Amino acid sequence: MAQQWSDIAADGLSLKTREAPLARFREFARRNPTVVGGAAVLIVMVVLTLAAPYLSSNPFDLDPIRRLQVPSAESWFGTDNLGRDIYSRTLYGGRISLAVGLGVAVSATLLGLVIGLISGYSRSLDAVLMRIMDGLMAIPAILLAITLVAVTSASLENVIMAIAIAEVPRVARLVRSIVLTIREQPYVEAAVSIGTGLPKMFVRHILPNTMGPLLVQGTYVFASAVIDEALLGFIGAGIPPEIPSWGNIMAEGRVYFQLAPWIIFFPGTFLTLTVLAVNVLGDGLRDMLDPRLARQM
Amino acid sequence: MWAYIVRRLLATIPVAGVVAVFVFSLLHLAPGDPAAVIAGSYAMPKDVEQIREKLGLDEPIYIQFGKWMWQVAHGDLGDSIFSEVPVTRLIAQRVEPTLCLAAASIIVAIVMAVPMGVLAACKAGTWIDYLVMVFAVLGFSVPVFVIGYVLIYGFSVHAHFFPVQGFVSIREGVKPFLRSITLPSVALGVIYAALIARITRASLLDVLAEDYIRTAHAKGLSSGVVITRHALKNASVPIVTIVGVGIALLIGGVVVTESVFNIPGLGRLVVDSVLARDYPVIQGIIMMFSGIYLVINLLVDISYTFLDPRIQY
Repeated sequence: MAQQWSDIAADGLSLKTREAPLARFREFARRNPTVVGGAAVLIVMVVLTLAAPYLSSNPFDLDPIRRLQVPSAESWFGTDNLGRDIYSRTLYGGRISLAVGLGVAVSATLLGLVIGLISGYSRSLDAVLMRIMDGLMAIPAILLAITLVAVTSASLENVIMAIAIAEVPRVARLVRSIVLTIREQPYVEAAVSIGTGLPKMFVRHILPNTMGPLLVQGTYVFASAVIDEALLGFIGAGIPPEIPSWGNIMAEGRVYFQLAPWIIFFPGTFLTLTVLAVNVLGDGLRDMLDPRLARQM
Repeated sequence: MWAYIVRRLLATIPVAGVVAVFVFSLLHLAPGDPAAVIAGSYAMPKDVEQIREKLGLDEPIYIQFGKWMWQVAHGDLGDSIFSEVPVTRLIAQRVEPTLCLAAASIIVAIVMAVPMGVLAACKAGTWIDYLVMVFAVLGFSVPVFVIGYVLIYGFSVHAHFFPVQGFVSIREGVKPFLRSITLPSVALGVIYAALIARITRASLLDVLAEDYIRTAHAKGLSSGVVITRHALKNASVPIVTIVGVGIALLIGGVVVTESVFNIPGLGRLVVDSVLARDYPVIQGIIMMFSGIYLVINLLVDISYTFLDPRIQY
């Protein structure tokens, strides 16, 4: 009898594992349509930009005879004032814009995590660090970023650094508030009372609790970084103009806007779709990871 | 309450101090000799020396900072490197368009966002709610200049409802002024409205679940009165907070919107100064914008005590 039961259980288990991946994914997609939808659009964008060499022509190829061409079968998104293909430039530009988004998201999250952990744990440093964060937050992010790019010099790394610095305070505040809540929890008290050292405490108890909110915050930082890059490029204080990023392509379209609006509209649409996907993904992740918050928002 | 206001005022001082240190160090963050940076690439060593002496750049850094703070505290932000006009005068010349744009955008945003948020919360789960949420996420995902260009393309280039670009002062007539300010304030207002609508909805949803709302309905008050008198008033603290925090967003948006619509305001001034590395002007404008942000958020914090008497400090 016992033998039989275990056999049935084993059968059930193997059946489950055989069907699992697809069925589980379907179930997941049904419960979190925004996560799956947002991620899907984002993946399409990443694939499109990475596959740019196979999908489009050289974004730097000049063709002055075919300048300011309307979108057509030949050049899908039209051409700019130098006859460069906007479709190719948009795909290649996506690489830069997405790289900025990723670079800022990673560096701002890491820096914010460190600052947040320190200020959540040390009362003396907390006051100083939080005043600095408040001060940075009082300077409008775009203004802070264009100024930092101006005093350093326009390069991809400096643009990433400048936008990241503007984004750090929000991440640091989030991490700090999480640490402040967690350190009052009974299990942390218990860990302290059995003599758990600080490093182990961070790795075992504090860090895992910050991961969910940080992931969500990271997506929002990514989204606003992509927009900030476009704004910087548009103003002319971003990545060097010869590198096509979505912001830079649109900046070049400014002068010809009335003649050739497609120079702005196509990269603008790609950018909006990407940012929208990331924001939706972030909202979905937040609802998935913290159902309590989901009810509030 | 007065003790709270004083405490809150005092808490602003260190934050303003951090801003001041950052703004002061801008010039020194730039790689190389500040005097050489100011003098430009074609300057002779003699000129660099002259500038160094004139600006006191040969003194120890803490003395420079002290002197600079003393000047700023007296309302002297220094002179522009290029036009040699006092920064305060440059700001005064440009402040009107920016103020008009910001005020109009706030009005557009609140007039759009609060009713939308209220409607979404009251009809939670329906297609109206869904539509408002789509607007809220979309508004937050489009760069302000793209909205600006779409508006220009639709309403100025194709249908000639509004001028394409430029700014007309209110002194030259109310109608031309309104025509020139409509598109920019809508472009900027939409982004701000997305933020406010989202918070209004969330905050109102929380309040609508409270017992006293059911009581108000039960005693026969009309839905309109319940929403405005009971619900919206109690939901106002997060809404006012986000309006205050959003000021930073608004200022950033002003900088870009002025470039799109060719409005000669402070945003254009700061962009032009950044491109020309005119440090005193950059420093002055950042100080001013951050000051405005701090003052508005101070007012927001103080307004809590009026909006919600339960909040005690």
